This record gives sequence, C-alpha cells and structure tokens, in this order.
Amino acid sequence: MSENALTRTDTAASGSGRIIALIALAAALIALPFVVQALGQPALVPLATRVLIYAIAAASLNLALGFGGMVSFGHAAFFGIGGYAVGILYRTMMDDALFLGFIPGTDQLLITLPAAILVAGLFACIIGALSLRTAGVQFIMITLAFAQMLFFLFVSLKAYGGDDGMTIRRRNALFDLNTRDDVTFYFICLAIAALVFLVLWRIVGSRFGMVLAGIRQNERRMAAIGIAPYRYKLAAFVISGMGAGLAGALMANYLRFVSPDMLHWTKSGELMIMVILGGVGTLLGPLLGAAALVILETVLTSWTEHWQLVLGPILLLVVLFTQGGLNGLLNRLGLGRSAP
Amino acid sequence: MKLRGLLFGIATTLAASTALAQQPVKIGMITTLSGPGGYLGQDIRDAFKLAIDLEGGKLGGVPVELVVEDDALKPGQGKQIAEKMLKTDGIRIMTGIVFSNVAGATVPDIVDSGALYVSPNAAPSNFAGKECNANYFVVSWQNDSLHESAGQYATNLGYKKAFILAPNYQAGKDALTGFKRMFKGEIAGEVYTRLDQTDFAPEMAQIRAANPDVVFQFHPGGLGIAFLRQYQQAGLLGTIPMVLAEPSLDSTTLKAVGESALGLNVTAHWNSDFDNAANKKFMEAWTKAYNRAPTYYASQGYDAALAIASALKATGGKTDVPALRTALAKADFQSVRGAFKFGPNQHPVQDWYSLKVEKGADGTPVLKTTGKVLSNHGDVYAKDCKL
Amino acid sequence: MTLVLEQLLNGLQFGVMLFLLAAGLTLIFGIMGVINLAHGSLYMVGAYAAAFAAAQTGSFLLALLAGLAAAAFIGMVMELVVLRRLYARDHLDQVLATFALILIFNQSVTILFGRQPLFVAIPPALNGSVQLLPGLVYPVYRLAIIAVGLLVALGLYLLINRTRVGMLVRAGATHREMVRALGVDIRLLYTAVFGLGALLAGLAGLMAGPILAVQVGMGEQILIMTFVVVVIGGVGSIRGAFFGALIVGLVDTSLRAFAPGLLRHVMTGSEADALGAGLASMGIYLLMAIVLLVRPKGLFPAHV
Repeated sequence: MSENALTRTDTAASGSGRIIALIALAAALIALPFVVQALGQPALVPLATRVLIYAIAAASLNLALGFGGMVSFGHAAFFGIGGYAVGILYRTMMDDALFLGFIPGTDQLLITLPAAILVAGLFACIIGALSLRTAGVQFIMITLAFAQMLFFLFVSLKAYGGDDGMTIRRRNALFDLNTRDDVTFYFICLAIAALVFLVLWRIVGSRFGMVLAGIRQNERRMAAIGIAPYRYKLAAFVISGMGAGLAGALMANYLRFVSPDMLHWTKSGELMIMVILGGVGTLLGPLLGAAALVILETVLTSWTEHWQLVLGPILLLVVLFTQGGLNGLLNRLGLGRSAP
Repeated sequence: MKLRGLLFGIATTLAASTALAQQPVKIGMITTLSGPGGYLGQDIRDAFKLAIDLEGGKLGGVPVELVVEDDALKPGQGKQIAEKMLKTDGIRIMTGIVFSNVAGATVPDIVDSGALYVSPNAAPSNFAGKECNANYFVVSWQNDSLHESAGQYATNLGYKKAFILAPNYQAGKDALTGFKRMFKGEIAGEVYTRLDQTDFAPEMAQIRAANPDVVFQFHPGGLGIAFLRQYQQAGLLGTIPMVLAEPSLDSTTLKAVGESALGLNVTAHWNSDFDNAANKKFMEAWTKAYNRAPTYYASQGYDAALAIASALKATGGKTDVPALRTALAKADFQSVRGAFKFGPNQHPVQDWYSLKVEKGADGTPVLKTTGKVLSNHGDVYAKDCKL
Repeated sequence: MTLVLEQLLNGLQFGVMLFLLAAGLTLIFGIMGVINLAHGSLYMVGAYAAAFAAAQTGSFLLALLAGLAAAAFIGMVMELVVLRRLYARDHLDQVLATFALILIFNQSVTILFGRQPLFVAIPPALNGSVQLLPGLVYPVYRLAIIAVGLLVALGLYLLINRTRVGMLVRAGATHREMVRALGVDIRLLYTAVFGLGALLAGLAGLMAGPILAVQVGMGEQILIMTFVVVVIGGVGSIRGAFFGALIVGLVDTSLRAFAPGLLRHVMTGSEADALGAGLASMGIYLLMAIVLLVRPKGLFPAHV
C-alpha cells in the first residue's frame, strides 16, 4: 500500500501539470462517444459506461480500502443493494403496490439514486458498526460474512426473481431525456462519476481525510491525541458503502436487470482487484483499474476462449513488477503528471 | 483435390465479387465456456458448428459465419458482448445463452433492438408469459415442463409418496413446483439444498428416515454428480427408486457418476438413441467429429442451427427479421427429437420421453429410451402471452 | 436417535475435510502472513491428478501418491515463483496475485482435462456400508475419511508440539522476525510449510474426488468455507483450525438436517422449508460474525 499517499496527493495537487492532465482526461471522456461513433464502433459507448460505473464503485471502495486501511471483502453487498433498490422500486411501481406496505414505487432517477444511496448507507452503517470491532484479516472475513448473508437472502427472495434476477424493462427516467439512448446514458454516468470523484477528492483533502490517513498509518497515535478512530472509520466506511450503492443503482439501470450475481463474493473481489490494479490509495487509480480490467476482459474474450490464461499472467505481472498498480507504473515511466 | 480447391476458390471469389448476397450471414453466439458450467456452452457451440460444417459452411444454403464469445456466466459480460455484436458487427441473428440470469440481462436488449434471438437452452418463465416477444424463440424447453414430465412419469409408475429435493434458488423452486403440478401422490418431504453445497450426507439421512416410494431431485451439473454418487454410497440406490429430469443426468454427468446411476428413471425430450433420420445423421456426424458423447445441450445447439437454417432458407439469405421470424415460427425443420412445433409463445410444443440408465454393450452405463410420458406438451405460461 | 447420530457423523466427516484444507491455509497465513486464495486450486490439483492417475493405472495407491505429489509439487513451485515475492507486501497485493493464480489454474485444467467433470471410483476395499449400531448404516469410505482426517490431526499435533520443525513453526507464527534473526533458514522453512499445506489440500481433494464432482472451479466452492473455519478457529492456530472445522462441519450439517424440521413445528410446511433453507445457507456466516463479535481474534488465537 502507498504509505505516502498523503504526501503524494498533496504535492500532486499543487502541480499545474496535474490540472492540464485532468482537463485532458475530461475532454477525452466528453469527446469519447462522438469519436467512437465516427470510427464506426458505437458499442464502445456502453463499454465506456460500464467502465465509469465500475470506476464509481471502485473509487468508493478505495476510500475504505486505500485511504481508510479497511480491507472490505463485502462491498458487492452495497453494490447489489443499490441495484435492488432500483429494481424493487421499479417492480413496486409496475405492480402498483406498496413496498413493505408504505413505500410507493417509482422510476424517477432523481428519487431512485438517492434511495439507493440511503439504503446502501444504512446497511453500511450496520455492517460497519459491527465489523469495525475487529481488524486485519478478521475484518476482511466478517465483511465477507455479512455480504454472503445478504447474497443468500436475495437468492431466496422469490418475489424478486431469486437467483434468476429481475428484469427492469425500462431505464429510470430523468427529466425528458431519453435514458435508453446509449450516449445520453453515458453522459449521465459521466456527470455522476465526475461528481463522485470530486466529492472523494474533497473528502481526502479535508481534515476528515487527514485524520483517516493518520488512523491508517498509526491508529494508536491518533487515539493518543484525542481522536476516536472508530467513529472516523465508520463514517468513511458508510460513505464508501453509499458510493458503491450509487454505482449499483446505475448498473441496474445500465443492465436493465438486477440479480444476486451483483452481491456475490467474486464481485467484491472484482472491485477489489480494480482498486489494486489501478493503484491503492490514489484518486484516479480506481478509474484506471476499472478501465483496464473491463477492457482487458472484453478484448480477451473476443480474442480467445482461453482468455483467463492471458488475463491471469497479466494481473500477476502487474502485482509482481509494478509497485502501486498501473498508477504507480505510469508514475515511474515518467508520466506521473498525466496520471495523478 | 488441390486443383479442385483452387478452382472452387476462384469460383467463390468470382461469385463473391459479382453478387453481394454471397457475403456470409453473421450469427452471434453468446455462451458460457469458462467455469464449471463451461461444458454446456461447449456442447452447444460444437453442435451448432457441426450443423454448419455438414452444409459446407452454410445454413439453409446460405453461407454463414459463426461468431462465438464467452460470457463467463456474468450477466454484465453477456450484455456487453450483445451490444458489440448488435451495434458494431451489425449481427441480426443471435443464439447461445446457457444460463437464465445471463439471458435475463441480455435477451431484452437483443429483441428490443429488432434482432432475432433463438435460445438453445435458457428459457426463464418471465419471457414465456406476459413478456414474450415476437423476436424471441426457444428451441429447448420451458423450465417447468422439464419437471412436469418427471412428475407425470412418477405418477405413471404408480408411486404414491415422493421425497423431493432441489437447490434453494429460482430454478430449483420452479423444479419442485413443476414436479408437484403433475405428481398425483403425496409429498413425504421437501428439502431445499444449498447452491454451494457439495456434501449431501444430511439429506441422505433424511431421505432414509422418511422412507418414500420415490425420490425426485433436481441438481444440475456437478451438484448432480455429487448427489447421485452419495445416493449410492449411502446405500439408497437399490432401495428407493429415483425419478429425475434430464438436467440432473446428462451424458457427461452420467460418465462422471458411473455405475451409481444404474436403474435411474429419467425424463427427457431427446436421447442419443432416438430412431429418426435427423438424429441418426446428427449422431453419426458428432461421433466422427468429437471424441465424446453428446449431451442433450448439444442436441439443442444443433436444433437451434437447423431452426435458423430453415428461416434463412425461406428468406433466401436476407436478414430481414420480420420475414425471418415468420419463417422460423413454422418450425420447418427436422428436429433431432422428432415431432416439434412452436406454441403461441414461440416455445416448443413437444413430446417427453422416459429413459432408463442401463448397462451398455461395453459395460458402461447408458441412457435407454423406454417410452413416451407426455405428448404435444407445451407450457403453462403460453396462455399469458399475447403475440 | 440413530438419525441424530448419523447426522453427527456426517458433520464430523465434513468437518474433517474442512480441517485438511484449513490446516494448510492457517499455517501459511499464520507463519508467512499470506492470504492465499489459490489454496482451493491446490485442492483441485490433488483431485485432478488422482483422478487422472486412477484412470490411467487403475491403482488407488498410485492415484493417492500422484495426487499428493502433484499438489505438494505445484504448491512449492507456486511458493518459489510467486508467493515468495509477496511476503513483504500488503494483503491486497497477495489477494490480486493469488486471484490471478486461480484464473491460470482453472484455465490450465480446462485445457489439459477438458470441461467435462471426471469420474473417480471408490477403491473397492472401501466400497459399501457397515452397520455401526442397529439401524445405523454408514458408508465405509466416509468412515475412512474421518479416520484419515483424525490421524492427520494427530500427526500435525505431534509435528508441531514435539519436533524442532514444529517449534520453529510455532515460533514463526508468533514471532516471525525473531526466528529470522536467530539465523534459521526461514526460506527453506517457508517452502516446506507451504509444501505441507499444499499436500494436505491435495489430500482433501483426492479424498473428495469419489464423493463429489471433480471439475473446474471445485476449489473456489470450498475456499470461502475454509476461510470461515480459519477465522473462527483463530488465524495461525492448528488447534483452532481443528476445532473450527469440527464446529463449522457440525453446525452446518445440523442446521441443514434439523432446522426445517424444527421450524415445521411452529409454522406451515413450505414456509418452514424456505426459512430453514435460508437459515442453513446463512448459518455458518452468522456463526462467524457472532464468534468474531465476541472474540475478535477467533476461538483459539495463535498469539496468546
């Protein structure tokens, strides 16, 4: 893990090269749908959308994992809960019923997203409050345990499709936009992703973020100067869970489908791998990691049915020979300023 | 031979440059090739390829190109592949999905974009009823009918008291519901096992304690192998008969189960020993091409190819989807299972057969067809479909 | 009553299998500090190697040797080539690297043996069932598994508590730096411990072959369960792994066997079945959560 993440973000933030790089990245992401359509590859727009959604989830996980030092192996639970919030609200609306007897259904993105964030945050609060009583590998396993319980819960919920999942016939509505259109939905996700990254950047740079980094480096020292680590860690965990829930809600809209697959432990692993691949404890690392993993999988599966035999060694080489993931690799190749 | 190949090459090049219609029609196949379920997708793909090879690279006289990608049993991955095939490659005919959850995320996109989807396996109940679609065809079976056939067969065999087991997930619950719909006797016990369970010893003890006339269980793939072997090891095989539907015992799992399967009663819509011309041709070609026994998944992949071939033949190779689906709905092809037609929801109406596991000529267990259980059997969801 | 006894035996047998896997995992974790997700792959390697050898030679003894040798060999190669570089690293790097190994193992097995599950016969001597008590008939093979598992547990106990190697292992689990500072060839010790862990995983895999399905991905199914055992027992402790495995095996088995039946006394049949199945699925995770909340280091932590 990058022990110097704190200093790195500080020094990097002051570089003007970093600002130019960020503007270039933003311009590239905005131009992307138009470029790929001009190139006759319109399917790359949904691919990029998927990358953005995973980037939101991975970046949120990174707040707990990289900045807070809490290795959560259960973030798929929050991702899935966000997805099911959208699915259940949609289903409730279609059935013209009340969920739990008092919550009416809806398909308005402006309601479903906050609802997903709220519910995921609530679950993160409960799970985090209990899990944070442990640390180290026990923390990894207890977060996994809670996620598995929720996984089995959704598998056995027949009303919401159980293991087969639930189709959401129409994407949620946002004003008069045609959310079914790939480019429109891409820009919705891009705007939300930008917002999430901005919020995370502010959090990491704030006093709260400093304390969190301090706790990660030496919990006892922080406790000694009168800071209660538990509360800070819990707050970071909840925010992290909320971000994952938001990503899950977007994913449900993107797929027009939710299934317990979203809560499976392999999904938690996948999110973790995106973070590690990109660079733990760095702001844009998760975006890099999500892009790398999703694009690699897509390219390799279309290339060979034995894609795992190619992906495996690539991941292995990244861990063994790049300290700090892709972000670290780019830094050492002298591209540090272009990839903060 | 070489010369002929060369001449043929020149001829095709000429033909291709003169007639645009000779461009091969692309068919997209999204299927599961990795993980424990990988052998299902492999059989579907290989059988589909076989049908194309038998026609010398054509289906219904139209040159085709099969594009295969592995969905890795991830709904998101399946959808991604579909997007690429539809939008970048301009593919209008798709097939291949094995598992219901991948179908759930992928099929709506395919049919909504106006392309045709012919399912060689997955047939979740929601797409069979209210949400049926003109562009969506199933050549395998509707999930419920599998287990209805087993329920009917258990009734036919005169069993009065059944102990039923399935994993605790949607398809498992559907299986038990389907069985109970047709079984006239009493249910002595109903147990939901776990999807990640590999040890069934506790269930074996429960079965022995309940002492039923018959056991019905639904455990596809590796789960089924473990269940059947442990059934024998627990000494139940000779004592309590078992009826099951084909997913719990295909020819691949039969090979892995070995003698523990002797005497089991299976219901199926196809078996390798079916005595019809289409099946004989399929079996002969398969045996020549691949060094393994085909599962019924293979027969479904082959039938999917034949169904698509019949539609392509009718349109003369044009990928005009409304024309294709009108032709497809006629089911104008010789299915390897014999009688076959589409119901009002474009799911099969077909016969169900009883099979028994017996010792084959070389001593290894094989599935032998013994009779018919249900004729012209459709599914219960068809009545909700307004096409 | 015999039903309860039989279910207890089933729980014991399942627990013993889990112990064989958990013993290696907990040693590797406790001594080297490595989270090895690919431990399940070694289980798969043992099962496939034994199945292959049995199919080729027809000899159970050769299959046994092949399974053990293949798992231990692959395990040691894995340690030498990959994991050795990860000891000083963060847990996260280990997770990513061993996940990559899972992909490589699964695909290699697919290419070598195909996607179809393999058949393994029970050795003829162990086929059939015996009557333990009136009304209690139990498969011989499962009794053999229980015996092997208990023997291994005894062997490990003697190895760890009565030998010099065991002393180093114990010391390594609690004071890693100190052992290194005393000039012990820690690299050799690590490779040996890893090989031993892999051997036990391979043993579990080859014994599971005739009962379960030998197929790609069989390791991941049981991996999570094994981690649960390790954590409940206390990381790094063989004793913890043993009792943790037995507790998990017994709890899991009894929940599956008795929960629906007990619930049926208080509610209607189908609801009881659904709730019982749900409880059985979540049971061990619930158990782990409770254990960790009460004793955050597990039941028998190595660092006393």
